Amino acid sequence: MKELLLIAVGSAIVNNVVLSQFLGICPFLGVSKKTETAAGMGGAVIFVITLSSFVTALIYKFILANEYLMSKGIDLTYLKTIVYILVIACLVQFVEMFLKKKMPPLYESLGVYLPLITTNCAVLGVALTNVTKEYGILESVVNGFATALGFFIAIVLMAGLREKIEYNDIPKPFQGTAIVLITAALMSIAFMGFSGMI
Amino acid sequence: MNKYTERLYNGIIKENPTFVLMLGMCPTLAVTSSAINGLGMGLSTTVVLVLSNLLISAFRKVIPNGVRMPAFIVIVASLVTIVEFMMKAYFQSLSAALGVYIPLIVVNCIILGRAESYASKNPVLPSIFDGIGMGLGFTVGLTCIGLVRELLGAGQIFGVQVLSLNWFTPITIFIMAPGAFLVLAFLVAGMNIIRKKMEEKGKPLAEPAGCLNGDCANCGQAAICADKKEA
Repeated sequence: MKELLLIAVGSAIVNNVVLSQFLGICPFLGVSKKTETAAGMGGAVIFVITLSSFVTALIYKFILANEYLMSKGIDLTYLKTIVYILVIACLVQFVEMFLKKKMPPLYESLGVYLPLITTNCAVLGVALTNVTKEYGILESVVNGFATALGFFIAIVLMAGLREKIEYNDIPKPFQGTAIVLITAALMSIAFMGFSGMI
Repeated sequence: MNKYTERLYNGIIKENPTFVLMLGMCPTLAVTSSAINGLGMGLSTTVVLVLSNLLISAFRKVIPNGVRMPAFIVIVASLVTIVEFMMKAYFQSLSAALGVYIPLIVVNCIILGRAESYASKNPVLPSIFDGIGMGLGFTVGLTCIGLVRELLGAGQIFGVQVLSLNWFTPITIFIMAPGAFLVLAFLVAGMNIIRKKMEEKGKPLAEPAGCLNGDCANCGQAAICADKKEA
């Protein structure tokens, strides 16, 4: 239990996925103009990453690193990048179809963001990190959820800041993306303060 | 200027992926803590880009339009796996420094973007040169950012101490995460000034595409985006 908690805090806050690992920068900069859309995107990312961590962990344990195949000398783990990216792409499509059909209210709020997540590097990044750190299925899911929660925190905070920045008098060359990046730098410095926690 | 040198010029200068198009921001921020890491990442991306352009262009008439994205992704992912193993075998320290960002070349917008917008429509040879041009442009971009961060953050260039520590106090934050955002912010601001000057001269630069503009047409997601617009 303590170990899981450490993984969760580490992935959500200390090694924040956006601010210290630079994964998922595209949506972080692109979809953070309003707090509501940012929260929608964050929610969709939490949903997809948690699910994909679970599915990829299952695939790794029972197919790629299958004990029987391993004992016969067949090691399929080198296929992980190819398998994961395809599984994630299919999963996102499937989730979109499922939500559209079965849960229209949830689809209304998350659906628009789902296709944007397909090539979001954070999803593949988490799946690959789970393998590198040799996490089991439960640990993978916790790590996935916590990482996505970190993304949610970062993007919602950023959207809140950006709504305020709108009213400020910013030098011309810095208007738009540049000031957002400076804000991100300051947030990143703030998050470095958590590094002593673990 | 013939077709091939034009492709090289286009990739390195005119539509430089880092400075002008602003594509592939995740690796740009993540691996540029030193010039050598930037160079390594740039060159591995170049290898993948050249080979993927070659294969995709060669198979462009065989791949059905409806499933082209998954087909491209499989090709790119296979190439990335090969490059990953080569790095592990021959450049161990670099491979350890770049870590998860090597397999993440798969989701780099530049590669699927070039596949979608150039290689799938043009013959093999120009596509190869397009890959070399874009790849070298990306390498130049990453190496330059790496040089600046390494110089300010450690007083070194390619690991050689150039600013003596007797009088220079390294601004360590530049080789840490916030430094990446800061350097990129000033780069974007600088490019905004250059962009304005060029427009006044009547020679506008290509618009930034992809991530930073929140536009996914260049992130290799054109197919998905088009679907969305119709729906």
